[in-house]
Amino acid sequence: MADHALRKAPLAGRHGGSAGARVTPAAPATRLSLRAGADALGALSAAFGLTLPTRPKTSASAGGRHALWLGPDEWLLIDENEADLMALAAGAGVLHSAVDVSHRNTAILVSGPHAAGAIASGCPLDLGNAIFPVGAAARTVLGKIEVVAFRPGEEDYRVECWRSFSPYAFGLLSEGAEDAGL
Amino acid sequence: MLLIYCPYCEEERSELEFRHGGDAHIARPTNIADISDAEFEDYFFLRDNPKGLIFERWRHIHGCGRFFNAARDTVSDKFYMSYKAGEPKPYIPGVSPASEKPLSENVGETYEATEGTAK
Ligand SMILES: [Zn+2]
Repeated sequence: MADHALRKAPLAGRHGGSAGARVTPAAPATRLSLRAGADALGALSAAFGLTLPTRPKTSASAGGRHALWLGPDEWLLIDENEADLMALAAGAGVLHSAVDVSHRNTAILVSGPHAAGAIASGCPLDLGNAIFPVGAAARTVLGKIEVVAFRPGEEDYRVECWRSFSPYAFGLLSEGAEDAGL
Repeated sequence: MLLIYCPYCEEERSELEFRHGGDAHIARPTNIADISDAEFEDYFFLRDNPKGLIFERWRHIHGCGRFFNAARDTVSDKFYMSYKAGEPKPYIPGVSPASEKPLSENVGETYEATEGTAK
């Protein structure tokens, strides 16, 4: 008998896309669904080591940790180094709601010159430079599922989706990547 | 595809991100335990469903998550404007509301007025 259960990554071993738009599963990360009022943002920002953004569709990043604006009092926090975000939130000492969604979500990275086109195959969000520049983030839809789109780099997009929907999202993005740039 | 302006995201987004929420500016009776069945029916179930300009609730459910209100023409589907929950019915220049109820009525929205603040 195994001494402990092995965690299975939802998209382990998958690869897809095209030369213009690579589609790859993101590495595991810790994530928080954070809700807080304006009076708590200073203490929470200090606890997380970045300034929680308050403008629509913006984000803040520091050392592999990202805070994505989802709504007027809602953020998605992602830590690519798997820091204990729940402990950081608990130490802020101000009223807030934090739910650990590290394993509810998984992410798919879409990169390359045709990355935006690959995502646009199933997403109505305008991903152009003028309206979705580097650092932009938004909750939206991809095909029939809800996703959070984030643009960490010029040709890099991160698509966060719920774990159980990830094979669908990966398939749709891979198809889109093959079509983009044709 | 319709583009709908979200007053919280401050931009137009695809209708795929939104959910319709029925008529706006319906004030919940303050004496709801005392009203008759007929009065409750009128408040809870009966809507005018008019042709033309109406004011209705929408939720940016696959975006910022917020409820807001919009002025829309039910015939052309044209959105005249959107405004935040809790704000009064706007005046739309050159267009009369299709509902028989006068514009000054039902401006008070008890729950929507406080919906914007998490406590
Ligand atoms: Zn919105």
